[in-house]
Amino acid sequence: MVGPLDTVLLVALGVLALVFGALVFTLNSMARVTFALLAALVCVGGITAVLGLPYLGVVIVLMMVMEMVIMAVFMIAYMMNPAGLMPMSMLHNKRGALAISGVVFAALVAGIFAVPWPARTGIRPRDTTFQVGRSLMGDQMLTMVTLGFVLLATMVGATVLATRRGRYDRFGDDLDRRPADDPAGGGVGR
Amino acid sequence: MVEAGAWWTVLAGPALLLGLAVLAVAGDAVLDARDAGRTVTLTAVVRPFLGVPRALVAQPRRLPAADVLLWRAGVITVPVAAVLSTLVIPFGNRMAADLSVGVVWFNAMEVLTWAGLWLAGWGPNAAFSLIGGYRFLAQGLAYELPLMFALISAATGAQSLRVGDIAAAQAGLWYVVWMPVAFVAYLAGVLAFSFLGPFAYPVGRDLSGGVLSETSGVDRLLLQAGRWLWLTSGAAMAVPLFLGGGAGPGLPAWAWSLIKTLVVLGALVWALRRLPVIRADRYVEFAWVVLIPLSVVQTLVPALVDLNR
Repeated sequence: MVGPLDTVLLVALGVLALVFGALVFTLNSMARVTFALLAALVCVGGITAVLGLPYLGVVIVLMMVMEMVIMAVFMIAYMMNPAGLMPMSMLHNKRGALAISGVVFAALVAGIFAVPWPARTGIRPRDTTFQVGRSLMGDQMLTMVTLGFVLLATMVGATVLATRRGRYDRFGDDLDRRPADDPAGGGVGR
Repeated sequence: MVEAGAWWTVLAGPALLLGLAVLAVAGDAVLDARDAGRTVTLTAVVRPFLGVPRALVAQPRRLPAADVLLWRAGVITVPVAAVLSTLVIPFGNRMAADLSVGVVWFNAMEVLTWAGLWLAGWGPNAAFSLIGGYRFLAQGLAYELPLMFALISAATGAQSLRVGDIAAAQAGLWYVVWMPVAFVAYLAGVLAFSFLGPFAYPVGRDLSGGVLSETSGVDRLLLQAGRWLWLTSGAAMAVPLFLGGGAGPGLPAWAWSLIKTLVVLGALVWALRRLPVIRADRYVEFAWVVLIPLSVVQTLVPALVDLNR
C-alpha cells in the first residue's frame, strides 16, 4: 500500500521532476540543460522505486546517469558553439512544438481518466524484482531475445558505418598484412 | 543473518568508511616513505594529513567564466556517492539499509562518479581539467562493463540482488574461488572508479593534474577524499561479494568483515603503486577484446550451476 510518507515522497519527486524538466527548456548552457534533464530522470527513477519497483527505479538512475553523461559529450560536440561560450536555447520551432506537446499532454491526461483501471487481484508481492523478471523474461522471452539482437546489430552497424578505417586499411587488400597497420601502436595481439 | 541495523548505523557506516580510508592514505604514505628511502616514522604517516587544515582554510581559486554550480555539484557528488554506496555493504551482520536491490544500488552510486568527475572537469572552464573529465568517461566505457558482469556473476551465484543474501550464499565456498575472473575484473573496476594507480589517467601528470588541476582548498580535498573513500568502499564491497562476508571461525562476524576489508584494501594500496598508468584507449581495447568475453563466460558459470541445482 502507498502510505502517507510514500505520498509525500511521490509528490515531492514529481514536483522536482517537473521543475528540472522546465529548467531543460529555460537554461542557456548545454551542460546545465543535460544535467537538469538527468536530475528530472533521477526523480522519475525515485518515483518508480517509491511505487514499489525498486529494481526498475535504481536501474533507471544507473542507466540514465551513464546515458546522459555520454549524451552531454555528444550534445556539446554537435552544438553550434562547441565551447558553450555563447548562450544557447533548447527551443526550436516554437509554435509547432507547443502545439504537439500540448496535444500529447492533453491526450495523456485524458488517458488517465478515460482508461478503466483494473482493481488489484491478489496481494502485492514482497519483492517485485522477481515478478518484473518473470514478466519480461517469461512469456516475452522471444521479444527480449529479438530486441537484444536488433540492438546489438544496430550498434555494430552504426560503429562500422562511423569507422573511417576498416579491416582492409589495417590488414591490406588481401587481409594478409601482419602486424596490422594501426595509427596507434601497441594493444591486444600486437 | 544479515539485516539492517539501528538508526545510528547510518552515521557509524560513513565514520567507519572515513577511518578505513584514512588508514589507506596512511598506508600509502608509509610505502611512499619506504620507496623514497626515508625512515618510516610517525611524521611520514601523518604527512598527507598535514595539508588538510590548510586546505580547509584556503581561499578558493577563482577562474574566469567558470560554471561554479556544476563544478561544485561534481566535486561534491564524488565523495557523497562513495558514502551512499556503503549503505548496502554489510559490516558483520549489520548494514545501514538492507535493500532488496543492494548490488544495483552500489553500481548506481558508482556510476554517479561518471557524472561527478565530468562535471568537475567541465566546471572550471579550463582545458586540462576538461580533458581530464573526458578521460574518465573514456576509461568508464572500458571498466564499467567488466565490473557490471562481475557484480552480475556474484548476484547470479546467489540468485539474489540483496548483498546479505550473496554473502550468506557463500557458506560452502567463497565466490573468489570459483569466480576468479569476476573478482579480478571487480578489483580492476575498484581501482578505476577511484581513479587511482593505473587508472589515474583522468588526473594524470601529463595533464598537470587533469580534473584536479584547477581545484583548490576544500574542492581539492573533497575530490581527493572521494578517491580514497571509493577505494575503501570498493574494498569493503568485495568482502560480501566474493569473500564470504563476515563468515569465519572463532572471531565475531564484524571482526572478520574488518579483517577481510583491511586485507583487500591493503592489497589494493600495494597494487596501485606497482602498476603504471594505462592510457584509456589501450585499456578500452584490452577490456573489450579480453576482459568482457572472459567476464561473460565467467557469468555463464554460476548460471549453469544454478540451472543444475
